[in-house]
Order: sequence, then C-alpha cells, then structure tokens
Amino acid sequence: MALLEIRRISRQFGDTKAVDDVSLSIEAGEFFTLVGPSGCGKTTLLRLIAGFEEPDAGELLLDGRPLTGIPPEKRPVHTVFQSYALFPHMSVAQNIAFPLQMAGTASDEVRRRVDEALELVHLAEKTRHFPHELSGGQRQRVALARALVNKPRLLLLDEPMAALDAKLRQQITGELIALQRAVGITFVFVTHSQEEALAVSHRIAVMNAGRIEQVGVPDQIYGYPQNRFVADFIGTVNLLPVEVRAADQGGLRMFAAGLGEIAGAPATATAVGQRGVLALRPEQVRVLAGSERQEMDNHFRGTVHDYLYLGDVTVYKIALDNGSVIESLLANSLPGRARFLERGDAVEVGWQREAGVYLRD
Amino acid sequence: MRRGNVWLWTAALAVYAFLYLPLAVVVIFSFNDSLLNAAWVGFTTRWYTTLFEDADMLRAGGNSLFIAFSAAGVATVLGTMAGIALQRWQSGVLRCLPFLVLTPVAMPEILLGVSLLLFFRQVLDLTLGLVSILIAHITFSIGFVAIVVRVRLAGLDASLFEAARDLGAGPWQTFRRVTLPLILPGVLAGFLMSFTLSIDDFVITVFVAGVGVTTLPLQIYSMIKVAVSPEVNAVSTLLMALTLTLIAAASKLAPDALKAKP
Ligand SMILES: Nc1ncnc2c1ncn2[C@@H]1O[C@H](COP(=O)(O)OP(=O)(O)OP(=O)(O)O)[C@@H](O)[C@H]1O
Ligand SMILES: [Mg+2]
Repeated sequence: MALLEIRRISRQFGDTKAVDDVSLSIEAGEFFTLVGPSGCGKTTLLRLIAGFEEPDAGELLLDGRPLTGIPPEKRPVHTVFQSYALFPHMSVAQNIAFPLQMAGTASDEVRRRVDEALELVHLAEKTRHFPHELSGGQRQRVALARALVNKPRLLLLDEPMAALDAKLRQQITGELIALQRAVGITFVFVTHSQEEALAVSHRIAVMNAGRIEQVGVPDQIYGYPQNRFVADFIGTVNLLPVEVRAADQGGLRMFAAGLGEIAGAPATATAVGQRGVLALRPEQVRVLAGSERQEMDNHFRGTVHDYLYLGDVTVYKIALDNGSVIESLLANSLPGRARFLERGDAVEVGWQREAGVYLRD
Repeated sequence: MRRGNVWLWTAALAVYAFLYLPLAVVVIFSFNDSLLNAAWVGFTTRWYTTLFEDADMLRAGGNSLFIAFSAAGVATVLGTMAGIALQRWQSGVLRCLPFLVLTPVAMPEILLGVSLLLFFRQVLDLTLGLVSILIAHITFSIGFVAIVVRVRLAGLDASLFEAARDLGAGPWQTFRRVTLPLILPGVLAGFLMSFTLSIDDFVITVFVAGVGVTTLPLQIYSMIKVAVSPEVNAVSTLLMALTLTLIAAASKLAPDALKAKP
C-alpha cells in the first residue's frame, strides 16, 4: 500500500484551478519531486497535503487513513518552507526542540534528539546561535533538522533551495540525497528547476496548470516524454513537425515537409496520416563526419547557423534544408571545440531511429 | 546652501521653542520658592511635599493610576485580539472591520464623550463613576493597541505561524509560543500608549466622570479655576515626566508601529 494516496483532488481559488483533478500515489521511502512552471499549483498541492488547505473535491489518504478534516498539527507531515520560517526568537536548539516539545517528549530525550539532529546536518557548533546569525545555507539546514527531528511520515520541501546561490544549491542537492537515504523518510520535493528534479528524485511528477502531465522515473521523464509540454519543460528539445506515413512493429515512418522521410521507433496509438512532432534531444542529434553517414538511420543536409561554446560541450544550431533549425550537442572531449565548424559551413546531421520520440498533436 | 541652513535652523528652533517653552515654564516654576508664577525667587521642593500631603490630589492620583492600569490592561488584551483579527481577515466583507475598530481613534473626543455619556445614562442607566470612566478609556484605547499590534504582525513572515502548526502546535500553543513572543513589543507599546492616553485624558473623562470621582487632569483643572498654584506646576511636572518616559519606552519597543498609519 502506498504511503500517500492522492485521489482526484482539486482546489480552486476564484476562477483559478490551482490543483485540478490530481491523483498520485507516493511510496514509503521515496524521494518524490513535483516540478513545473511558476503558478502551476505545486505549493497548493503541498499545502493540501500539509493540511493548510482543504480540497474542494477528492481525498488524501496517509497510510490508508483519510486526512480529511485533520488539522496540520495532527498530521505526521512536516514542511520545510521556502522562507525556512525559523522562529526568530528561538535559538537553533530551541527551534529544533519545538516539534519535540509539542509532541510532549521528555526534556532529556529532547536534548538527546536535538543533538542528534544537529549532528545530522553538521551544525553541532551553532546550537546557541539565533537564526539571524546564520548564513542562508545554515538556516536551510536548521529548517531541515527541525522538520526531521521527530521523524514525520512525510517531509514536504517547497523549493528549499530557491534562496541559495548556484554553487551552494549543487552542494546541498548532494547533501539532501544523502540525508534522505540516511533517515529513510519519504520526501516530497518541489522545485521548478528540472536539473534539480532529475538529479535528486526517485520519481518525478511534471505539473502544468494544476494538472499532472506525467509521472515517472527521471530517465523515463527525460527520455520518453509523453507530450510536448513535458518534452519542452524537461531539458532542451528539438521539435520537428511530421506526419505519420506508416506504422507497424518495425517502427514508424514519418514525413517532414521539405526534408523527406524519417524513420522512428515503434509508437503506440498512432495512425497513418496523423500529425505530430518528432522530439529529439540535442545530444541525440549528431553532426556527421564522412564515414558516420552510413551508420545513421536518418541523415539530412544543413548549414551551421550558429554555435554556443559552453566549455564542456558545444551546441551547434544547424539550419536544415526546410528552414527549421535543429540543435546538436557535442561533447568537447579534447581541449577546444570537438568539431571546428564555423557559421555557414555545410554539414550533415543524423540520428538513429530509436533516438527520437514521436508525439502526436 | 549655507544660507538655507541658517533659515532651517531658525525655523526648527522656533518650532521647538513653541512646543517646549510653555512646558519648561511649568517645570521651572514648580521649583520656584514663591506662591506667584511671576519671578524666580529661589529653589525649593516644597510644592512637591505639599502635593503629597494633599488628600484630594492623592485620591485623584490614585484614581488616575488605577484607571490607567486597568483600562490599559483590558484595552491591551482586547486590542491585541482585534489586531490579530484585523491582520488575519483581510478579504471580503471583513475588510471594513479595521475601519470600525479605528473610528474611536479618529473621532473628535468631544463627540465620543457625549455619545458615551448618552449611552451610559440613557441606554445602560449606569451611575457615573469609576466604572464609566474605565469603560470610556478602554473604548478609546483599543483602537490604538490594535493598530500597533497589527503593524507588528504585518512585518512578520506569515509562514512562521503555519510552521508552528505544521510542527505540531495547536492554535493556542502557536499563539503562546510563537505569535505572542513575536508581537510582544507591539503589545507592550500598545499598553504604554493606552496608559498614557488614559492618565492624560480630560475631555472624555469630564463627560463620563459624574460627581463623585475625580482624576488627576480633572483635579488640576478644578484647581486652576481658582489660581495656578505652584502645586499644579508640580503635579503637571510629574505627569509630564511619566508621560514622556512611557512614550519614549513605547517608541523604543515598537519604532515602526508608532510611525505607521493604520
Ligand atoms: N490563497 C490563494 N488565493 C488565491 N489564489 C491562489 C492562492 N494560492 C494560490 N493561488 C493561485 O493558484 C495558482 C497556483 O499557485 P501555487 O502557489 O500553488 O503555484 P506554484 O506552482 O507553487 O508556483 P511557484 O513555482 O511560483 O511557487 C496560482 O495561479 C496562484 O495565483
Ligand atoms: Mg510555490
């Protein structure tokens, strides 16, 4: 049985459907991530789970028991707020002791557990400090320790790293994964950074306009997006408009206007004549050198439109014969650029039939 | 530039002189060894001694302190609750509530005095005295406390209160452990302001005091109807010192609250 079962819940504010008929089931021990653009309802969904909002429709079950009508303080669910919400009038130790005291824990036990929690987040020497004396990263760790100290069934994290700089985010991302593994508590993590989502999660739910677009493990979400929104939101993607010419076990035959036939992997629920797009990741599109041409299922001529040197990789923008521009990503495995192509050079690009994902309109 | 500065300084000095010279005169003459407020004769503290031997004055002072303490206490409790309510319900119909609590703050005192008198006499048929004064003072103080508390709350991160609930604190524990400690400076400032307002109040008190009970401002007024005795100077000086101390304390506790508009 799933730890948290979300059954068709909706929450509306005026005309805005903040959460619109969402169903999810989250397993015990999972690091589950909600990702989506600003205003898509991530915070509202967390607030519904925490008990700060009641759903207009649908229900939530924790360990099989309905949460309806149970106030936030009675739910074994804790939240790490985006602002951290550390109590400014309490020291680090007092902040962390708060949930234990509320639960009526004996005072020597409180002391022991607080020390343990501080150890866990590497803040043992900051016990007596007050929140305003800590750095952003330290505050975040206090908030984590406070939310974890009395072992909730579920920890909700609402963009806990939004206030930190990029370097620190990366470091803390690592720490967060280790922490989750160490405590074994189920995390529901909200972010609008897709890289973060891919890096930390066991499973990801992509949200858009109050709805769940797709749920899956990171490589599934990235590799097999189910629709254009997911393909576009997670990572970078080339979308080539195509029409299906033939579909069978062997694969898909598509036609792109001005380019010709494209071979693709088998896809379900397609019909001849259907229109859609072929979604290709930039790293799946190769700029071909002479002999590679034979090995590629699909290859097309184009010219280098522009390129972006990023150090580890170079992104080439190639204008195909039909005018569409396709991005190709090349790893710079030796110093300098992997392929010294200049703007205007005639090139050939190609990809294997398994590379792309066909998405119907 | 230089010239402008000179003018500015002159203007400022004039304003301060205008404000504080009359007060300074009262203070100086309270130490003057003469029955007449005319010329400096010599230093004395005997007017203060007289003051503390004057039974009427002492009774009035006692009344004033009692009323100020009780009215400020009750107004602080009610005003704090009102302030929290104002901060929490800011949408829909309830949005006009702030205005309603704050009306007594903005209403001319004489109007409030008259309406309270009518209310006590015609509606409640209450005998005027300590109780009526107390109720009147509570009435005009609540709004001030509510403003200060609300301003203080508005400056706090709303997720603090949600965090408390989230971490297992019920509504009452959230109030006691998180809300109250955080708004305490505002609450204390509200108490001090109410106290000052109450102990200084004349206009409203005149209307609702009735015949038996007198407060310090009423007592002073009845004494200067005869003549401005040095004893009045002395009691005014003490009152002034108390008020200034309280205002200074209040503005130290909640600097933004006292400046901000409702
Ligand atoms: N209390 C509220 N009253 C009215 N509208 C609300 C309320 N809370 C959220 N909304 C609306 O619901 C929608 C979803 O908001 P929500 O905060 O859940 O988005 P989000 O995905 O967390 O966005 P972000 O990434 O910017 O934090 C938004 O359109 C928002 O304006
Ligand atoms: Mg949000």
